[in-house]
Amino acid sequence: MKTKSLLAILLAGSVVMTGCNSADDAKKDDSKTKTQETTKDASSTADLQKEVDAYRDFALDQLDKFTTETEKFVAAVKDGDIDKAKEIYPTARMYYERSEPIAESFGDLDPRIDARLADLKDEGKGAEDWTGYHKIEYGLWEKNTTKGYEKVADQLLADAKELRGRVETADVTPDLMITGAVDLLNEVSTSKITGEEEIYSHTDLYDFKANVEGAEKIFTILEDKLKEKDPTLAKNLADKFKAVNDLLAKYEKDGGYVSYTKLTKDDTKALSEAVNQLGEPLSQMGVVVE
Amino acid sequence: MTKTNDDEKLLDKKITRRQMLKVTGAGAAGIAIGASGMGGILKAFGKDFLEDDDTSATNKVNFYGKHQSGIATAVQTNIYFASLNVLVKSKKELQELFQMWTPLAVQMMNGNVIGVYKNTLIPAKDTGEAKGLDARNLSITFGVGPSLFEKKELGLSSLKPKELKDLPHFPKDQLEEVYTGGDICIQACADDPQVAFHAVRNLIRAASGKVTMKWSQAGFNSFPMKNGKKQTPRNLFAFKDGTENPTTSDEKDMNKVVWVQSGDSKPWMTGGTYLVVRRIQMHLETWDRTALSEQENTFGRHRDSGAPLGKKSEFDDMEIERKDANGNYIVPEDSHVFLAKKAKARVMRRSYSYSSGVIDSTGTYDAGLVFISFQKNPEQFIKIQNSFGRLDKMNEYITHRGSGVFACFPGIKKGSYIGEALFNTL
Repeated sequence: MKTKSLLAILLAGSVVMTGCNSADDAKKDDSKTKTQETTKDASSTADLQKEVDAYRDFALDQLDKFTTETEKFVAAVKDGDIDKAKEIYPTARMYYERSEPIAESFGDLDPRIDARLADLKDEGKGAEDWTGYHKIEYGLWEKNTTKGYEKVADQLLADAKELRGRVETADVTPDLMITGAVDLLNEVSTSKITGEEEIYSHTDLYDFKANVEGAEKIFTILEDKLKEKDPTLAKNLADKFKAVNDLLAKYEKDGGYVSYTKLTKDDTKALSEAVNQLGEPLSQMGVVVE
Repeated sequence: MTKTNDDEKLLDKKITRRQMLKVTGAGAAGIAIGASGMGGILKAFGKDFLEDDDTSATNKVNFYGKHQSGIATAVQTNIYFASLNVLVKSKKELQELFQMWTPLAVQMMNGNVIGVYKNTLIPAKDTGEAKGLDARNLSITFGVGPSLFEKKELGLSSLKPKELKDLPHFPKDQLEEVYTGGDICIQACADDPQVAFHAVRNLIRAASGKVTMKWSQAGFNSFPMKNGKKQTPRNLFAFKDGTENPTTSDEKDMNKVVWVQSGDSKPWMTGGTYLVVRRIQMHLETWDRTALSEQENTFGRHRDSGAPLGKKSEFDDMEIERKDANGNYIVPEDSHVFLAKKAKARVMRRSYSYSSGVIDSTGTYDAGLVFISFQKNPEQFIKIQNSFGRLDKMNEYITHRGSGVFACFPGIKKGSYIGEALFNTL
């Protein structure tokens, strides 16, 4: 069931009422308003089909590239080319991190591709159940080897391809986009800014950047519609994205990013505050459905 | 004010649809009103939209008045004190910040939730943890620190009172940057820890992108009751804290000690006061192995009764010059109360205890006192603190770790906003 915002209902009600003064009509209108007000099922009244399609295209493109890059990564691992695997690792993952709202919507695939050992331990599982990128990260950086990780690599590629195939069927909605944008930033706040995502490679800033880009893409797609509803918010968000991106640019190095270990407490604090200052207005983006 | 704010404010007030229709009908009969018509509708409601103290609310402290709340207000059981730095780049933005905070503070002090749910794809305006609790005597006090006036882009330097400056270094100070200073302070006190925290949390959240948190400290007090009356609370050393305070109902005394009088300071401070905050760590482990007589000699009072040494009850006159048969001072010359009295300055203490876990490097409690005092001039506090100097026996058991001084605005008149006098003189 579709619902309108209270504001929209009040306005709609006043439109109906201004033309007629009959008490009967008022009563009818009251009851209608009541049912709509109590409906909390969130979904949009605004037509956002174009935006939803644009986002689906973006996600499909990202996951296409993710599959291609994962293929290269897996080939390097199986060739025993440690340097090349280390080089591809952070950038290949960025395609995944950018499209996380969709990539993560397949509950079984995400842990197979992206689980950290700590995530598995939380679920009472151990290293033997561990697969995906972070397991190979452990081999590359902690053990400086690819030996014994060939099977994990094969499985990773199979999972990446399966993900790409299943995304065709993903139910992309405005809700998913709006909550997804905030979720992406929440990922940054809770694990990237703390260095808990890439505990062996310390390439957290790549994921950081990709998450922000993923959120920014959603904002860009919705920006025109948002400007119609709340131009101040749209402007504020553009400014706050710029602030985060400018800050991140300070840590660029050789076409990539410095190791998380190079960040001081002041650095992480500044990044964290910039992300939170972006996240708060970003959480208001839901006005586009009104 | 932007359209969005107006719309939100309209929704915040639980106006009935019928009220709404009456006005829209009168103002725009037969015309379809789009979102852009809301401003006009709001104007038609006029003053009804100003937030006001709800006199029917339970456990309610008034927001509006001659002085800010949380100063002469009866001390509550809990505090959440926050020191903020501002990110705003102009005095207009700073003014808008205080204007935006004003109705939020009133709503929370009425025990109300801020805003209504209207779109479930957006987080609720109120963080919600105080829902179902009444106002719990919530008071919110706003102040501005010296560093605010030093920010060139705000253009406030000519309005800085000369007495508003960082406190001097005192002997034995071990101030840590993480507990020191700040551009703005918010002191939220309530008879409930969650209500106090909620107030600060929601003010800071609403100011996202305009302020950052520098430091904060939660604190507590417990009041023994006697004949239905709150007694002086005890600090974590078990001694009564605040015995010597002026009686808040004694306006003459309050004007002498606490409230800035016309001509005392910059005109915008008239009716305001200066807040000094010190985060004082108490070394509980060493205190607890100190003999009771030594503890009492440290304070200059009896622990249980709170009476001056050699006297019977808490409010007996201290008479620090009293000597025993051998000609020795009964209240030791190096006791806390002797030195405080000797300074011949008074302040109004409004302190809370704190307990914030364990200090990693020592394995001892990080506990102590969020010392807060109000005075018409920080010099009053400085005089007392200097009198303690190196002599104070208490030094052995405490370390000052944090510090701040803030100019607290005078009270807010209905229809006005926090700090208006500061901005009006621009």
